[in-house]
Amino acid sequence: METPLTQHIVAGRKPLSLKEYEQVGGYQSVRKVLKEMTPTEVQNLVKDSNLKGRGGAGFGTGLKWSFVPMGPDAAMPKYLVANADEMEPGTFKDRLLLEGNPHQLLEGMIVAAYAIQANISYVFLRWAYKLAAQEITKAIQEAYDAGYLGKDILGSGYNLEMYLHTGVGRYMCGEETALLNALEGKRAHPRAKPPFPQVSGLFGKPTIVNNVETLCNLPHIVNNGVEWYKGLSKSADTGTKLYGVSGRVKTPGCWELPIGVTIRELLEDYAGGMQDGYLFKGVLPGGASTDFLVEQHLDTPMDYASIQAAGSRLGTGTMIILDDQTCPVGFVHNLQHFFAQESCGFCTPCREGLPWVERLLLAIDQGRGHPEDIQALEFHTKYLGPGNTFCALAPGAMEPLQSALKYFREDFERHIYEHHCPWSKVWQPSI
Amino acid sequence: MLTAEEILQIEHEISLVPKRKAACIEALKIVQHNRGWISDESLKDVAGIVDMSPAELDSVATFYNLIFRRPVGRHVILLCDSISCWVMGYEEIRDYLFTNLGIQYGQTTEDGRFTLLPNACLGTCDCAPALMIGNDLYRNLTVDQLDEILSKYS
Repeated sequence: METPLTQHIVAGRKPLSLKEYEQVGGYQSVRKVLKEMTPTEVQNLVKDSNLKGRGGAGFGTGLKWSFVPMGPDAAMPKYLVANADEMEPGTFKDRLLLEGNPHQLLEGMIVAAYAIQANISYVFLRWAYKLAAQEITKAIQEAYDAGYLGKDILGSGYNLEMYLHTGVGRYMCGEETALLNALEGKRAHPRAKPPFPQVSGLFGKPTIVNNVETLCNLPHIVNNGVEWYKGLSKSADTGTKLYGVSGRVKTPGCWELPIGVTIRELLEDYAGGMQDGYLFKGVLPGGASTDFLVEQHLDTPMDYASIQAAGSRLGTGTMIILDDQTCPVGFVHNLQHFFAQESCGFCTPCREGLPWVERLLLAIDQGRGHPEDIQALEFHTKYLGPGNTFCALAPGAMEPLQSALKYFREDFERHIYEHHCPWSKVWQPSI
Repeated sequence: MLTAEEILQIEHEISLVPKRKAACIEALKIVQHNRGWISDESLKDVAGIVDMSPAELDSVATFYNLIFRRPVGRHVILLCDSISCWVMGYEEIRDYLFTNLGIQYGQTTEDGRFTLLPNACLGTCDCAPALMIGNDLYRNLTVDQLDEILSKYS
């Protein structure tokens, strides 16, 4: 089983220096695209590879790039941004790549920037990833010193500057357009689309924002070709995927595997199964903003279409396990507390609706709920759902709630009729 | 009053972006790094440099969780309260800190040593529960490790 993204990452060992990275074939894809390929050829290669964005939405990377205006009349400068804001609860996959092999990210960014002819690039990194910040700063300097960044890269005439921007803590910064506002020194509110960032993004110029894992795939696609890349997968989606598991399992962790392994394989073969004394009750397959799946879905392959057919989203591919000794109402309440707190407050349904949902769940969890509260929660899942809010934060928040009401409805009702939490572990909001 | 060194660092950040305003978050970070927090006076000074009104800059500063508009202790403890840490029992850690530091979330110990804040997901969910103090990340926490961890910070 090939693991191109993580092959040079060893737990507890420092990431490869530029020299060491070059010795194992690093930066070959930069040499190849700059010397042998036109930007359009790189775009087409990535389109043919069927690489889908690994940040959660799963949009075709090559297709996304193809909306950037090209040619001498295109607005300049163009920007490329690596989205390393990773702040979705339950998601911890990009940290592995950022801390473990920063040069691979830089290499992918240079390939992507060349493909859209961007001359300025940013790594938008979250505050908490201190080690990653240190390693990326070092890697950027090494790349400048070796001539992979800056003016006239490897004598090709192509220029690219790269900066590290560390965020100051806000989940919204992970949203593509809110991230651009943050980079412009504004509140991280999402922007109206159209215009799309590909046409009018950072400082009003064409901009591509790609997830870290997405960018890390690029050197390998360029070096090894489309057929090899497709062969890595077990499903219609191509390549490998970083999958993670957290919760009451024996060996929580993060693994690079062919896209299409099943939830059961991840849970049992990699995460070692449930901890002794705990039973599996449900799983959020791709982070906090995905729908619960339950036992009947355990053999679902973790690819975009299969997880969607099962009623959820692959999201970031990092699963959070709900066990039988954890209260589902408390679980969902914790999630809604997070979303309510992190709502940017720009649009009314999200700003007003999420705190309402949180208060209803707290009341139910504390045994103060009423039967009609469940209808009120269902009402919210519709009116905070897709199409009713400015961005995807509130609809994402509604996914675990609506599926919890579907699969764990009895548990909600027991809280209401028994006037207490059967698990007696009531989630207390911090503020 | 900002120091000459702070102004120099802020002007450098401004030189990297097309509009002075775009460097405002970097400028706040520089001042907070030196002074621990952003006072009203610092905010006004930074606003003057980046061509914003104090109110406009305050709207940005208060939006972000990790720009502190109130004084904080010498060490800020960020305790992850997100889902994986909750499932893995972070509340014991929280309660121990509440009791032993004698503070609640958002408060600073009387000796000015620690400020305790809840923090959305630290991105280390496979090693929950977790907290951060300054640049240091502590994972797979249990209550009996806390005294030793806290003793490292004077």
